[in-house]
Amino acid sequence: MRYDQARWTHDADGGETGEGEDAQGQYEPLLSEKNTKEVDVDSPLPDDLTRDSVELPDLSEPELARHYTRLSQMNYGVDSGPYPLGSCTMKYNPKFTEDVAALPSAAVHPDRSGRSVQGTLALMHGLQDYLARIGGMDAVSLQPPAGAAGEFTGILVAKAYHEANGEGDRRDEIIVPDSAHGTNFASAALAGYEVVELPSGDDGRVDLDALEAAASDRTALFMLTNPNTLGLFERDIEEIADVVHDAGGLLYYDGANLNALLGRARPGDMGFDIMHYNVHKTFATPHGGGGPGAGPVGVVSDLAEFLPAPRVREVGRREGEGRGTGGVYERFDPENTVGKVHGFEGNWLVLVKAYAYIARLGDEGLADASAKAVLNANYLASQIDYEVPFEPFHHEFVASAGDQDAADVAKRMLDYGVHPPTTKWPEIVPEALMTEPTEIEGKDTLDQLADAFDAVAAEDEESLASAPNRTTARRIDQTSAARDLRLSWQSLDTEE
Amino acid sequence: MSGRHEPGVRGSPYAPHTADETAAMLDAVGADDAAELFDIPESVAFDGEFGIDARTEREAERRVRGLLSRNDDLTEFLGRGHYDHYVPSLVDHLSQRSEFLTSYTQYQPEITQGFLQALFEYQSMLVELTGLEVVNASMYDHASALAEAALLAARVRSTDGDRVLVPDYLLDARRDVLENYTDGAGLTVEAFGTDDGNVDPDALADAVDDDAVMVYAENPTTLGTVEEHLAEIGDLADDHDALFCLGSDPVALSILQEPESVGADVVVGDAATLGLPTAYGMGLGLFACRENFVRQVPGRLVGASEDAADRRAYTLTLQTREQHIRRERATSNICTNQAWVALRTAIHAAYLGPEGLVDLGNDCVRLAAGLADRLDDVTGVQAPVHDRHHFREFVAHTDQPAAAVASDLEAEGFAVHAVGEHLVQVCVTDANEHAVDDLVAAFEEVA
Repeated sequence: MRYDQARWTHDADGGETGEGEDAQGQYEPLLSEKNTKEVDVDSPLPDDLTRDSVELPDLSEPELARHYTRLSQMNYGVDSGPYPLGSCTMKYNPKFTEDVAALPSAAVHPDRSGRSVQGTLALMHGLQDYLARIGGMDAVSLQPPAGAAGEFTGILVAKAYHEANGEGDRRDEIIVPDSAHGTNFASAALAGYEVVELPSGDDGRVDLDALEAAASDRTALFMLTNPNTLGLFERDIEEIADVVHDAGGLLYYDGANLNALLGRARPGDMGFDIMHYNVHKTFATPHGGGGPGAGPVGVVSDLAEFLPAPRVREVGRREGEGRGTGGVYERFDPENTVGKVHGFEGNWLVLVKAYAYIARLGDEGLADASAKAVLNANYLASQIDYEVPFEPFHHEFVASAGDQDAADVAKRMLDYGVHPPTTKWPEIVPEALMTEPTEIEGKDTLDQLADAFDAVAAEDEESLASAPNRTTARRIDQTSAARDLRLSWQSLDTEE
Repeated sequence: MSGRHEPGVRGSPYAPHTADETAAMLDAVGADDAAELFDIPESVAFDGEFGIDARTEREAERRVRGLLSRNDDLTEFLGRGHYDHYVPSLVDHLSQRSEFLTSYTQYQPEITQGFLQALFEYQSMLVELTGLEVVNASMYDHASALAEAALLAARVRSTDGDRVLVPDYLLDARRDVLENYTDGAGLTVEAFGTDDGNVDPDALADAVDDDAVMVYAENPTTLGTVEEHLAEIGDLADDHDALFCLGSDPVALSILQEPESVGADVVVGDAATLGLPTAYGMGLGLFACRENFVRQVPGRLVGASEDAADRRAYTLTLQTREQHIRRERATSNICTNQAWVALRTAIHAAYLGPEGLVDLGNDCVRLAAGLADRLDDVTGVQAPVHDRHHFREFVAHTDQPAAAVASDLEAEGFAVHAVGEHLVQVCVTDANEHAVDDLVAAFEEVA
């Protein structure tokens, strides 16, 4: 494997760069640059059914341990520092949940007989129950492997419901507010629906008149986040539910912001018919650098028959002491199930962690998590110089960087040792800095975050545009990455 | 309010606030109690209880351990799309480093170079194994990757068409996911016939026409057979301008024909055959394709670029395809994916290296053939039923009803699939080969 030294200036001593002092020595060569080996494939199979050779990295275990340790040091996680990434709800991940997910008894094959995996089914049943109680829903499926997969599943359930009522063809529209997560639009389109975008009102909330105008006998579903992505509670939620239901549509709750409501309000009580839970957000299961998450879907009783298969139910009790006592569980297919949305049962290990987290916190811990999350967001917003145009917000707020470029603000915040907010979204707020400290930050950390905001707010355009300077990499050229695609180390071979 | 310094008062154990700090913060925002900050109308406020007890960590740990202890301790000889290979300890230790585990998507690449490089290396190793130029940074699982391949095929194909052709051995669940994903795009999924476990080229030739957007086949198949007609399948698809999508996995790709060399346009599968232990079906969707489809690829892509100091750096790229930018016109709705599993897969692949990976692939062939031979010697068992080469698993005929055989084996401590009235399927890898003698003995007892 070759690469061009002249172009990729990354000597370990940093000598050739002459700047970026803090980044010296940060470079870690690719596995392929350390050593690769090509081996011939000599197999018991006939030659015409096999490949000729394979070329892959060839390193010792100690070398790999150092390689990946080095890479981990070049990565920022929640355990590294504050991570106020709005709408992503990055919370501390308790360590004991990793231990229980790693138990040998958690590692079973999905095709095992139900009687031989009573523990797995008991935990699934328990999590279905926990989530139903927390969301005010009647039935829950754990199968969707992510939040967007949960949205898609919810839409399939709504579609099946309308089809069962003979309205499948007529109801071909899904209404989505302009402030919604992009996945709402994409999931609706994936399911074959027309997306009707609903403009927000002047107060940042759903405009009831606009909703009434949009809702019709073509409406299958209205997808709403509450509190919405500005952190604002949709106070007219009962009227909103009436408008949607009167039109014959269903109301969908995007669970991305459930961290604001634990123990204070439940989607089911507000009139929502379908919801998904982002267990990797609300219930502190690690996000793993982009996943896996899990997106269980809850529904009201009328829709339970359409949920994905299989679900888990209790079919009896076993009395006595010790192992094997308690409920007896079985998998079952809901009567008019939409079928499968994952090849097996979804992201099981994530579900184990979510169960453990909820079992740890209980009623008081969950309610306190929301209380502290809301307090933290309000406190942080009160301590920063940037304007926050919409309030009262709950667990997240959207500040405006004003004349500054929000993306530049984010890059400069990296120099202050913190992960920046989500930027430029939602677009309702110009140069948006969408900030969600979550409940896991204490006052000192929030003060430090506020200091970072304020230091950056006082800086000029030039210092922002040149940031970051104290990070592993300096500002990265996104344009060249997209124009001159290099998606593997093989593609680096041809570089000039 | 609660806090860690108030014994007896319980709240979130992960909120660090002391009572004094909470009071100071409430003062700063002008509230007496955090409850005042909630802008929730009384009519929808929740004033009940979930009825979930708070527990100490020890109690919560015992709760989960106690539930899971109700699983029977069986030696699994199960496969059919979810495979167990021994995962080196190194994978657990390195992937559990909290900077990897507790990070989000790499939207700020300057402080996530480590994960981006690991994903770039994952992509690169799968480029080597598939021979295709583009590998994304993961889908959910094999089934969703297959579904996304069909949607890609419908987008890139030059003529109209709505048929997705799949072999009749396709797992029901996989087909179900495929249908659910493609229904909205107006595609129909149709099965073509197979012959003794492999694709029947004549049946495929009859089935494929200019309305086919994609032809799918697997190597190895769900039944464990090694497909012998890959190049013919590729040609048949190509003749009708349909994409050829091949299902496989990284262990199989170590020795089986390179997908690119037999005309595959897309490779899907479950890459967690490396990296994850048996995890109740949790996986890692592999998605690879030819370079000319790169702007239609679903999911995230990590690319190399330069930073302001002209050093190599990695970043997510072509994000304008994705749902957070293009919304309803995105190539896919996938956002959260399986990145951490891809990290584990990369570490496992690098740990094995080329020799270890090829050895593992060859072991899968030898172990399956060896176990089939031994079961064939058992009275009342004929194995394998398909006169093909096998990888990891095979179908066997039992004179007794298969369900009874599987049930009796379970009583002896073994799990196998019952896949037909008198058909069982058995999967053997490095993870369970130590128990082969005992399994054969158990078959002798029950078959």
